[in-house]
Amino acid sequence: MTKSVTVYHNAHKEVTERTILGFWHYIMSDCILFATLFVTYAVLHNNTYGGPTSRQLFDLPYVLTETLILLTSSLACGLGLLEARRRDKNKTMIFFGATFLLGLAFLALEINEFYHLVQEGNSWQKSAFLSAYFTLVGTHGLHVASGLLWILVLMAQAWFGGLTWVIIKRFMCLSLFWHFLDIVWIFIFTLVYLMGVIL
Amino acid sequence: MTDEFDAIEPHSKNGTLTSYIIGFLLSLVLTLAAYFLVEKQWFDRWTLILVITALAIVQMIVQLFFFLHLGNESKPRWNLHSFLFMALVVVVLAGGSLWIMYSLDVRVMPAANINSEMPHD
Repeated sequence: MTKSVTVYHNAHKEVTERTILGFWHYIMSDCILFATLFVTYAVLHNNTYGGPTSRQLFDLPYVLTETLILLTSSLACGLGLLEARRRDKNKTMIFFGATFLLGLAFLALEINEFYHLVQEGNSWQKSAFLSAYFTLVGTHGLHVASGLLWILVLMAQAWFGGLTWVIIKRFMCLSLFWHFLDIVWIFIFTLVYLMGVIL
Repeated sequence: MTDEFDAIEPHSKNGTLTSYIIGFLLSLVLTLAAYFLVEKQWFDRWTLILVITALAIVQMIVQLFFFLHLGNESKPRWNLHSFLFMALVVVVLAGGSLWIMYSLDVRVMPAANINSEMPHD
């Protein structure tokens, strides 16, 4: 490797590291946002105002399916990043395509769940508990939806522009975001759904 | 050429196929364990809540380590430091809010209940 190539690569390394750190700080601030929503839910979850309680509403097997789908999409995302680093464009497309489809399935299940709740008259207007529930789970769903859009855009960029170091840097940010959403969902699954059935 | 990017990539050593598979399997086991503990209701209420919360925290650590590669970075460890700072903010924010709201509930709500019972006297 000549000296100029080394300098060039060091510049890329520095930019990538700085971008990843900046994106990591965004994720940390997003964690604080979710923490406030979790606390709001924890404070309000017994205030049902004569409406249904969490135990009457939540269907655990359905939510477990959602959880497993999101977990698998997180795995597919990680494997996709490995392939992107190896510059294997086809496999990158397959794995991120799988990530997208699994994420879409998760979102469809969640929207279906919300639709049925609203259909049965249990919308966010029913009680403080349901307001907090829809805000918390809906915010997560919104993050998943924007992640899906991001995957599509990035896959198109990689397909037409090739796996350049800039695109791989973006894939690294995307995978951080996607794994982070899975971690938030662990807490929604545990603190909202599992505890909602115990209490 | 194949590992050209790996040489300039910050988390190069950590992201391997094995680490992702291990992380996935551990997460799967922890999720199913929490689910079946709640389904079977083997413990009393508070034990169950503590066990489930512990399982969620363990799964968070597993995913932070195997998926997000936290704690494997070199020298200044800025990612880990900002994570720990965020954790501190969350503890103060969440713990403080829950404390205040619980205290208000205990101290203010009984007075409201007494007021509502006053017409009976």
